Amino acid sequence: MSTVFLIAILLLGFVITFQIAKASEYVGILKGEKKNFQQNNKINGFLMIVFLVLGLIGVYWCNELFKGKILGEAASDHGKKIDTMLYITIAITGVVFFITQILLFWFSYKYQHSETRKAYYFPHNNKLELIWTVVPAIALTVLVGFGLMYWFQITGEAPKNAMEVEVTGKQFNWIFRYPGKDNVFGRKYYKNISDAKNNSLGLLWDDERGHDDIVVSNTMYLIKGKPVKLIINSRDVIHDVGMVAFRMKMDAVPGTPTTIWFTPLYTTAEMKKKTGNPDFEYEISCDQMCGRGHYSMRGEIQVVTPEEFILWRAKQQSNYAQVMKDQAAPAPEKTDTTAIAPSAKIKMAGAAVAKTD
Amino acid sequence: MSNELTVHGAVVSHDTHDLGHDGHHHHQSFITKYVFSMDHKTICKQFLITGIIWAMIGGLMSVIFRLQLGYPDSTFPWLEDILGHWAKGGKLTPEAYYALVTMHGTILVFFVLTGGLSGTFANFLIPLQIGARDMASPFLNMLSYWFFWTASVVMLSSLFIETGPASGGWTIYPPLSALGDANLGSKAGMDFWIVGMALFVISSLLGGLNYITTILNMRTKGMSMTRLPLTIWALLFTAILGVLSFPVLLSGLILLFFDRHFGTSFFLSDIFITATQTALPNEGGSPILFQHLFWFLGHPEVYIIILPAMGLVSEVMAINARKPIFGYMAMVGSLFAITILAFLVWAHHMFVTGLNPFLGSVFVLLTLLIAVPSAIKVFNWLTTLWRGNLRFTPGMLFAIGFVSIFISGGLTGIFIGNSTLDIHLHDTYFMIAHFHLVMGVAAFFGMFCGVYHWFPKMFGRYLNNTMAYIHFWVTLVGAYLIFWPMHYEGLAGMPRRYMDYSGWSSFNMFAGLNQFITDVAMVVFAVQLMFVFNFFYSIFKGRRVTTLNPWGANSLEWTTPIRPGHGNWPGEIPEVHRWAYDYGKDGRDFIPQTEPLGADEQHH
Repeated sequence: MSTVFLIAILLLGFVITFQIAKASEYVGILKGEKKNFQQNNKINGFLMIVFLVLGLIGVYWCNELFKGKILGEAASDHGKKIDTMLYITIAITGVVFFITQILLFWFSYKYQHSETRKAYYFPHNNKLELIWTVVPAIALTVLVGFGLMYWFQITGEAPKNAMEVEVTGKQFNWIFRYPGKDNVFGRKYYKNISDAKNNSLGLLWDDERGHDDIVVSNTMYLIKGKPVKLIINSRDVIHDVGMVAFRMKMDAVPGTPTTIWFTPLYTTAEMKKKTGNPDFEYEISCDQMCGRGHYSMRGEIQVVTPEEFILWRAKQQSNYAQVMKDQAAPAPEKTDTTAIAPSAKIKMAGAAVAKTD
Repeated sequence: MSNELTVHGAVVSHDTHDLGHDGHHHHQSFITKYVFSMDHKTICKQFLITGIIWAMIGGLMSVIFRLQLGYPDSTFPWLEDILGHWAKGGKLTPEAYYALVTMHGTILVFFVLTGGLSGTFANFLIPLQIGARDMASPFLNMLSYWFFWTASVVMLSSLFIETGPASGGWTIYPPLSALGDANLGSKAGMDFWIVGMALFVISSLLGGLNYITTILNMRTKGMSMTRLPLTIWALLFTAILGVLSFPVLLSGLILLFFDRHFGTSFFLSDIFITATQTALPNEGGSPILFQHLFWFLGHPEVYIIILPAMGLVSEVMAINARKPIFGYMAMVGSLFAITILAFLVWAHHMFVTGLNPFLGSVFVLLTLLIAVPSAIKVFNWLTTLWRGNLRFTPGMLFAIGFVSIFISGGLTGIFIGNSTLDIHLHDTYFMIAHFHLVMGVAAFFGMFCGVYHWFPKMFGRYLNNTMAYIHFWVTLVGAYLIFWPMHYEGLAGMPRRYMDYSGWSSFNMFAGLNQFITDVAMVVFAVQLMFVFNFFYSIFKGRRVTTLNPWGANSLEWTTPIRPGHGNWPGEIPEVHRWAYDYGKDGRDFIPQTEPLGADEQHH
């Protein structure tokens, strides 16, 4: 009913607008084209300056409204650099934005048609054109310079002491692998993947280096202050590991591993305090369109102290050990002991639920 | 001279008796005159009207998925009436949501802002403004439209097949677009998409080659390249971009088609599909290769969209400022620079795909270089307005609006073109806001600018001014209200292509804003429908044009009869003696291109 009502109102509004538009066309003819044109021109010229003033107020107001909701403190060293770069860029482009927009609407208002003024014949001026070629070029050189400096720092080699975690995206959740005590990942082959056999990554069991590899899903544990290098894979289509609090992002491409590294600066508990939000979690969002569940492909990161991490890891059973145990005692058992915040939207990964075959 | 300053009375009519008959008219049936027409003016109208229909479909799609974004917890029973099982109970399924997003992008980027914009104005303006009777090959021109039409039919019919249209995003990245088991829209819908786009590419090539040939070979006597209006320069560079880049897209699509149906592995490797629990045999392919092929078209494509708009705006702005365009040669030079750079920046779409960081840095440099010609253009437009005598015709309003939107959208390009910032902003609402402003809204403003300005030449009637003013102001304000706050969502990292943010503690703080954006989007869409009404109503009932040159413009199209027949000029094609921008020169309001140089006239 309300839909019909809404459509009726819309149609009515439209008919009224149309009638006014037609009527003003006739009135315009009666008034004479010249007078009609001058009046319309005045109105539009005035609206130009109104738009400028209201627009500038709107920009300020919008900023006041939302500045608290964006860009909370970056939680990684790279994130801080990215934020600095962001502020440099906002400053430079902001100046250009205000100058050009104000000139545009102010000129439009000031030079609106007048009987008494003649337009100034001004086809070109090499000096002016040189100025606004060189000045933007210099400004952009500054931006490119800062940008590339940070870019090479961020994408450079990870520090030697960085811990390595392998992240694998699949429709529609995340799997994480830790190399175990030997610090070496065992080999894997995608044709070996079997969710039924609790081998979600296709690890090759004849490679002994992989016997201590820990495979968990949904929640990744990282250590505060310790650089971490993520080795990113995908099991099916392209995903993207987006970690907004760290300001980091990298695609997960099937067949082509990618890497990023960063250093988390605050534990989850510290961030809860910093943000004043008891529900704060480091989230991994999939940032590359990956199918029907794309919007719910959520992972979590727990940043903990080194002691807590050791404790957590000690509790984990390696993927290999789980599989061996399953074969010995075929009983469905939940093997993921990590504290996963239950979310109705996120299905448990096949890897987390051990099934017998 | 004061009568020349009024809007519609610039030149006293001496030709009002001529309404479409130019002496040597041959008998034409309805079919050859209106359907399979070889007259560039009719083909222009075909492109324009097809583009308008597509724009309404694409726009309506955005309203529907904005409803989901603005009101994620509500149901809209009427959605089930029009979408059936895609919106069971009045709520979009994820498949439907992604199909709508994908088709919205495809339709607007290719069928409206490429086919609709270039097709319309290249066809209309090239012969009329360079002084030619028609295109170099009217027959290829006709084929160009009918390939576009066939592509449209194929793309439209994909909306109605059982598994739905393509739904992997308009960029159709494989493996998602290659695997029907991973994505419902990648079943038959994707084949329709590929075939539709292949036909579209053919249409675009036929059109583009024709535009280039016509501009280079068929200019009238005296029309040297540097006397061309900027519209023609822009359309020339647009056509060159299209001819050189669309084939690369087609090659990518063919490889994708092979991967889909013939077991090749160009883009596929190491894939295990969860839904069917099967590992695919494909090994050794690279999905990133497809992205290179796609963006080698995809990036020039955004300039294919924006360059014609720039040309239209330059022309309309100079006419209505009653002043020459400032820095004509710099304008041409910057169009040229943009054309070259357009081919050298494609990988800036791929900074976070694992691209080699050094390669990335080269693309940062080349990308930010584009800001220089763009800045030149903006400052030149501003200087064109400076000390002018501005007539706010609807076309002029949209030209000014274009510059404002182009600045706002262009500056954010400096953010995401810089790889460091792209790490954070990539695929967020910041990106959405950036490209919707700079190539979506801005290109639409250029298109509206052109339609309002040349409608009298196309149909011999005016659009209604009052509706035009409402259209302009609501669209300008609405565009800012919709897209400005999106920058904030993007800075907060809110990813694009999510149909619901409520499950995310990082992104769920914008529910009120999303609702506001949806409300504004509906108002703006309603006003566009009003424009469409104005358009069709005015074709038949608009105020008649009674003078040959209603805007007091210099270029050649205004020397033709009010309703020019096939062949454009009843007699000889006029000869050109000067550039198109002698406005306000030597105390004269305007001097048409056909007027010989005076003996003591100053050189520009």
